[in-house]
Amino acid sequence: MTTQPQEKLVISGLHAAVEGQEILKGVDLEIGRGEIHALMGPNGSGKSTLGYCIMGHPSYEVTAGSIELVEADGTRHDLLAMEPDQRARAGVFLAFQRPMSIPGVRLADFLRHAVTNVRNPDRKEGQELMPMRDFRSELKAKMADLSIDTEFARRYVNDGFSGGEMKRAEILQLAMLRPKFAILDETDSGLDADAVRLASQSIARIGGAEMGILIITHHEQLLEHNIPLRTHVMLGGRIVESGGPELAAELHKRGYERIRAAYPEAAAAEQSMQDALGNETAQPVTA
Amino acid sequence: MATGFNQSAIDSSTIAIGTGDAIGEINKYDFRTDSPAVFKARRGIDADIVSQISEMKREPAWMRDFRLKSLEIFNSKPMPHWGGDIAVDFQDIFYYLKPAEQQGKTWEEVPDAIKKTFDRLGIPEAERKFLSGVKAQFESEVVYGSLQEDLSKQGVIFTDTDTAVREHPDLLREYFGRIIPPTDNKFAALNSAVWSGGSFIYVPKGVKIEFPLQAYFRINAESMGQFERTLIIVDEGAQVHYVEGCTAPMYSTESLHSAVVEIVVKKHGRCRYTTIQNWANNIYNLVTKRAMAYEGAMMEWIDGNLGSHLTMKYPAVYMMEPGARGEILSIAFASAGQHQDAGAKLVHAAPNTSGRIVSKSISKNGGRASYRGLVRVEPGARKSRSSVVCDALILDDKSRSDTYPYIEIEEQDVSIGHEASVSKIGEEQLFYLTSRGLSEAEASTMIVGGFIEPLVKELPMEYAVEMNRLIELQMEGSVG
Ligand SMILES: Nc1ncnc2c1ncn2[C@@H]1O[C@H](COP(=O)(O)OP(=O)(O)OP(=O)(O)O)[C@@H](O)[C@H]1O
Ligand SMILES: [Mg+2]
Repeated sequence: MTTQPQEKLVISGLHAAVEGQEILKGVDLEIGRGEIHALMGPNGSGKSTLGYCIMGHPSYEVTAGSIELVEADGTRHDLLAMEPDQRARAGVFLAFQRPMSIPGVRLADFLRHAVTNVRNPDRKEGQELMPMRDFRSELKAKMADLSIDTEFARRYVNDGFSGGEMKRAEILQLAMLRPKFAILDETDSGLDADAVRLASQSIARIGGAEMGILIITHHEQLLEHNIPLRTHVMLGGRIVESGGPELAAELHKRGYERIRAAYPEAAAAEQSMQDALGNETAQPVTA
Repeated sequence: MATGFNQSAIDSSTIAIGTGDAIGEINKYDFRTDSPAVFKARRGIDADIVSQISEMKREPAWMRDFRLKSLEIFNSKPMPHWGGDIAVDFQDIFYYLKPAEQQGKTWEEVPDAIKKTFDRLGIPEAERKFLSGVKAQFESEVVYGSLQEDLSKQGVIFTDTDTAVREHPDLLREYFGRIIPPTDNKFAALNSAVWSGGSFIYVPKGVKIEFPLQAYFRINAESMGQFERTLIIVDEGAQVHYVEGCTAPMYSTESLHSAVVEIVVKKHGRCRYTTIQNWANNIYNLVTKRAMAYEGAMMEWIDGNLGSHLTMKYPAVYMMEPGARGEILSIAFASAGQHQDAGAKLVHAAPNTSGRIVSKSISKNGGRASYRGLVRVEPGARKSRSSVVCDALILDDKSRSDTYPYIEIEEQDVSIGHEASVSKIGEEQLFYLTSRGLSEAEASTMIVGGFIEPLVKELPMEYAVEMNRLIELQMEGSVG
């Protein structure tokens, strides 16, 4: 890990609400380019919400705090002032826990637009797309890297994809868009054991030394080739503890009992949030 | 189940027409090329004008009489009670216009002014590349036509209907006005009285035409009605795909387009008729289209409607003999000041016939899209099957979509299905696409494109491209 000044994604004091209900209650997190961070936490603790807030989902209202891109020279860019597409063009990427299907839209067509815009952030609508030939050959190469059948490019975005196929398509998009900062929200869920291993390797290769990655996961396997600099634990809408790789191992083995006991206030917040939402146990949201 | 929904009701339609307010939107294909029109009939319609049109065309007496009788029918049919909304003054319309240019034989002979119009529509390359036979109607008359030699060697006739009256009178007379008689509805009567241009196609027994035959035409004279008349005869075991497309320039006065398309598909024949129309926002597009399919025959209508002030169009397939099939795919896009009242009609008149209707409509910016369809099963049409699927996509709160499905079943042993859905562009879908760098407008356009993709992929390549381009133009500036 470099100690040179580098570009960072900086989240401070972030509060966010959905439908008037506060979910995030003061999140602080800093991710430098080239760093890998893991984010764990029980179901419903607010991990996906954080991802959505970083990307600018319209249903999630940021009520306090900031999300900024800070360049190596200290220049700050306020992500909260940007539309989702501007954030993407600024180099931010979110791999969805549950990707949306877009019937009738071919993955390749969609991705060609996305790649063109992200690589030419000033492109206006109607301006030329990346040349088809270049796009195709790059896409083909990336699909081969990820062992994705090229036939996939012609399929409709996530339409009728299996759970695992969706996640692989998300990784493919990550590879094509090469963001500065990526949030991978349970990109391992739905993948079989071999696929998780392959995903772990692929992400490591795609990320290289240039990408800052936040890996949201309930497991350890994805971290095998992506050793996190820090592992963070979210509980009741707050990051309550951060540690090294051993923390991920511990949570995986023992669960969150120790955490809940150690942070009774956050545990209480978790409980009251679920009561407010009428959940018995927090359910994964259907976005 | 059965409503008081009769034949003429579907063909000329019983609807309340959304008037919409200002027709403010600029149509990107809104340009005109100066082309001198030598003959201008005076405005209005009466026996005199009708005879004059017939005389000008040097028609045989039977056609003149047909026109005059149709005029009487037109006059005798009351303006439908919803007519107040069809703000057309029949006496303020030119019913015939003859272009200075005569019919050209080769592309080189086509006058430059007309070529320029095609250029601006991006047509010629497509024609040269894809087409062997081209018919283009320009100001009521065909000005350019080329027909591949081997087609005529096979006995295929592909000409304008005026020429067919002169050159193929017996063949034409056998069907002309028989599938859609002038008594069918007021607008069919009007067309029958003043029709001009349109295509006549005859495909002899067993001849399969592998490439689409195409016609491109447009309205290009102010206040001029277009009343083309198309007749397609597909003989036993024969096959044809006909494509009609139109982009019209915009004028400030009301303009009426009222076509009649008649098709006969004989035993084991196949016919596909594809239409992409993008009318100027002031045009009334009131069209009657009907096909009769005989034993084991297949008729498909693919119908894309964009633009116009009001479109009323319900392509019909009458399945006359066992094993006949009918399929109607329709796309309607209604924007500000536009009402698309589009649909389909399937009549099962024989056992073991099967039909399918797929309708997709998009409304935005205050536009209104209605699906109006009829599935009718005649007594004795046992084991008939039909399915109707209509999906509507509404892009904003100002816009509107309605569904009027009519089903009349007079037979027990049948299977008829109907599904309808109305949706809005999902916030989640938009977010997913924009989070990958697409602007909101690009994302909406893409979602709309995806919505109609199942139909667009049925179009010939260059029409699919054109359709997508038209959708993009319609979508521009729609998201703020
Ligand atoms: N759009 C929404 N509408 C209503 N409630 C929501 C919405 N999004 C999130 N929530 C609620 O916010 C809380 C946090 O949800 P979030 O999806 O961020 O959890 P998570 O940590 O990602 O959980 P998981 O591990 O199950 O994916 C949950 O209680 C959830 O029900
Ligand atoms: Mg989650």
